[in-house]
Parts: sequence; C-alpha cells; structure tokens
Amino acid sequence: MKKLIPILGFVLSLNAAAEPRATGDLGVVIEREDGKAMIINTTERKQLAEIEGLGDLSHASVVFSRDQRYAYVFGRDGGLTKVDLLGDAIARRIVQAGNSIGGAISQDGRFIAVSNYTPGGVKVFSSDTLELVADIPAEYDNGKLSKVVGLADAPGQRFVFSLFDAGEIWVLDLNNPQQPAIEKFRNIGKQPYDALISPDGRYYIAGLFGEPGLALLDLWNRQDGVKRVLPEYGKTDEKLPVYKMPHLEGWAIAGDYLFVPAVGKHEVLVIDKRQWQLVKAIPTAGQPVFVMARPDARQIWVNFAFPDNGQVQVIDAKDLSVSKTLAPGKAVLHMEFTPRGEQVWLAVRDDNQIVVYDTETLAEITRLPAKTPSGIFFSARAHQIGL
Amino acid sequence: MKKLLLLILVSSTALAGEPSADRQAVLRNMLKHDCGACHGLTLKGGLGPALLPEALAGKSDDFLADTILNGRTGTAMPPWQQFINRDEALWLVNILRNPEH
Repeated sequence: MKKLIPILGFVLSLNAAAEPRATGDLGVVIEREDGKAMIINTTERKQLAEIEGLGDLSHASVVFSRDQRYAYVFGRDGGLTKVDLLGDAIARRIVQAGNSIGGAISQDGRFIAVSNYTPGGVKVFSSDTLELVADIPAEYDNGKLSKVVGLADAPGQRFVFSLFDAGEIWVLDLNNPQQPAIEKFRNIGKQPYDALISPDGRYYIAGLFGEPGLALLDLWNRQDGVKRVLPEYGKTDEKLPVYKMPHLEGWAIAGDYLFVPAVGKHEVLVIDKRQWQLVKAIPTAGQPVFVMARPDARQIWVNFAFPDNGQVQVIDAKDLSVSKTLAPGKAVLHMEFTPRGEQVWLAVRDDNQIVVYDTETLAEITRLPAKTPSGIFFSARAHQIGL
Repeated sequence: MKKLLLLILVSSTALAGEPSADRQAVLRNMLKHDCGACHGLTLKGGLGPALLPEALAGKSDDFLADTILNGRTGTAMPPWQQFINRDEALWLVNILRNPEH
C-alpha cells in the first residue's frame, strides 16, 4: 500500500501538468457498424479518441450534459452510455430496454429520458448515476404498448413524445420526479414517425407517416389541443416509396418558416408558422431525410433516403429554391453544423469518411476517416432546447 | 395449373441464379444498412419487425420475396423491385434464414 501512494501521487501530478482540455468545441461521431464512437475536436478537425463497446448503434443519437463534459449515447439495443469527453472513456453504461430509438436531456440537466420501441414507453434516468427515476409505459387500447418516437425536452421540466402505434402525443411533467404527471393528446394522426420542438420550446410538431400532414401542439396553449397542419396535402397523389424514414430536428425552423420533409414525395415543404399554411413545396433530388437550417437560418441543407443518398442539396432561405447540389460521397447519413454555422460536417457511411464543407463557399475543407459514420453530434447541442 | 408451372419454373431458376460475388457484397451491404435502417443492423427489429430466423419460420420463401419486392401496403415497408430482382430477393431470404452463411 505504501508503494501505491507515491505512484498515485506521480500520476496525479502528471495530470495536473497536462494541458487542460475544454469540451465546448468537441463532438461525437457514431461509427454504427462497429458500435464505436469517435470523440472529435471541431476546431482542429481531428479525432481525439475512440470509444468502444457502445452496443448496437444501427440507430443512435446523442445528447450532452449541460457542463458539456458528458455525452449520452442512445443505441438501438436499449443501451444508454455516458461517455466522458475529458477522460476519453465510458463513465457509466446501462441497457435499459430491448429496442430503443432516442433520448433527450431535461431542462435542468438532471434527467435523461429514453424513448423505447420494446417495451414501448419512456424511461427517465438520473443523468449523474443513470439510476431509474421514472418508468412510463406507452399504454393504449387496454394495455397494448406503443413504440415511442419524437422524444424532445421542453421548458418547465417537461418531455414531449409521440406514440407511433397509438397516434398520441404525451407531455410528461417531471417537476416532481417521484410523481410524474402525464397529459395525453389522443387522435393526433396516424403513425407519427418523428417530431421536433421549435428552438424557443413552444411548438411540438410531429410528422405523420400514415396520413398526410403534421400534428402540432402549442405548448403555450395546451388547452387548445393538437391541431393538424396540411392534412390535405398530397392526399390524392400516389405516394413514392420511402426507403428511409425522414427525421425531424429542431433546426428545421428558420425565422417564420418551418422546413420539413414531405413523406412519399421528393419535396421539402415550407410552412409559415404564423398561419401554419404551405408557402411552397420545393422539389428535391429524392426523399428528404434530414432538413436542417444553418444556425443563422440563411441556408437549409437536405440529405436523402436511398437511392439518392449520395447527394446533398442546399436551399437558399431567401428565394426558397435549391441553390446547390453537392455529391459528397456514397450514403450521406447525417449533417451537423458548427455552433455558428461556418462549417457543416457530413457523415458519408459507405466511403468511411466525414466530409467538412465551408457553408459560405460550399467548398470542401477536409475529409476525416471514420468507419461507417452515421451520426455527428457537437457538444454545442448541450445548450439548445430540443437537441 | 399454368400458374403453378410458372411458379415452379421461377423458383427453380431462382436456385440456379445465385448473384455474382460483387453483387452479393452490394446486397449484403444493402441488407445491413438499408434494411437495417428499420429492421436493425443485427436484424432484431426497429420500426420494422425482427428478421431473425425464428421470426421468419413458418413464412414461405415466396411470401418473403414478395414482401421484399412489392412492399407491404399499410406499413412502412417499401417495394424494392426497382433495385433487386426476384433471384436476389430469394437469395436474401436464404441469408436471413441462415445468418451464419
């Protein structure tokens, strides 16, 4: 034991002497096939570390602790892993369900909520210890369990989510974590597939797969219930096949306009959120998957489902048309902007690369190797409602 | 009867029509990633159901190939016939039934 003490002391002093690392410009890249994640520095544009043992990441997403030290990785297999961005290591890991789709962090940063397919529902954990705080089965129709999608954090210590099979939106209030309160909105539309919350935390909008349009909940006026947006759009048209489900994310709101993927149509829909009316349907190269506004909302970047996933299109927010089509490589799965938007990072799965573009010149800046990258998440998300 | 004969013919050519090695690699990648987008990389299911051998037991090759080629109305399963022919769909069904191959 005596021997250990001087060694410990030596290690500690070494650490103290090392250059302190900040986490505000770091990010996590999911490498889906190997169940790994890379920690990257977005300023130096380089890999810092590789974290293994994250389970099945066929579908994965990441949220960050408010101190930006920890990344919480939600895997397909129900795994919830807390990754230490300073220690380059897994801090804690649990497998909390059989099959899950995503998660969110609470307004105050104390809770992590996970949305599960099997068993259908939401579980809430302490962000510190990953101990279970609340278990909310998504029950409908006398005990059936629905898959849960579109889980987002909302102001007032709330989480909002949608029930894919039940066609419902639930608002979970965690002000008293021992007795969570649930408000249910029924008949919101068939098969909500994902949802977003506006950056101000006011509007929760679920996209519908089973019928046209979107379901809108104004969290400032919950007593008014859920309203339908564009319920008639494309109703009589033949739907094109959808080879990958579109995703909705908070950054699809640019000023007064909401940009969303049409479903079964190769279009991005522009909706004026003052009247919730269609402004324009912008024709695109394929079925849009992610439709994301640059942080200043001057551009909207769109990637596509198979077989058009080699392209990315840039929409000019001023004239609402495609201004540029890029071909970054094979299978572009995800995009992430730097916090103020001068760069965008693209995950190009089949080329095993991350491609970084200058968003002003649309020129390529660099490529970084990554094994089957599927998702890119920067720590600046820590301070964004809904991300 | 004529239909039956045709079916027999089709299925016997299917056995003969194993995709080329290059094509097999493309199909395996497609199975892993594009099918995997909904059914999971490990095919344990996601938005779409599990495609593990026990989940497919009791469903005929033809039914499964039809599902791949034509999709399933009322669900999120799209038709793949634009990208995959019947032989390839049957080959994929065989891969699903025998994942270690």
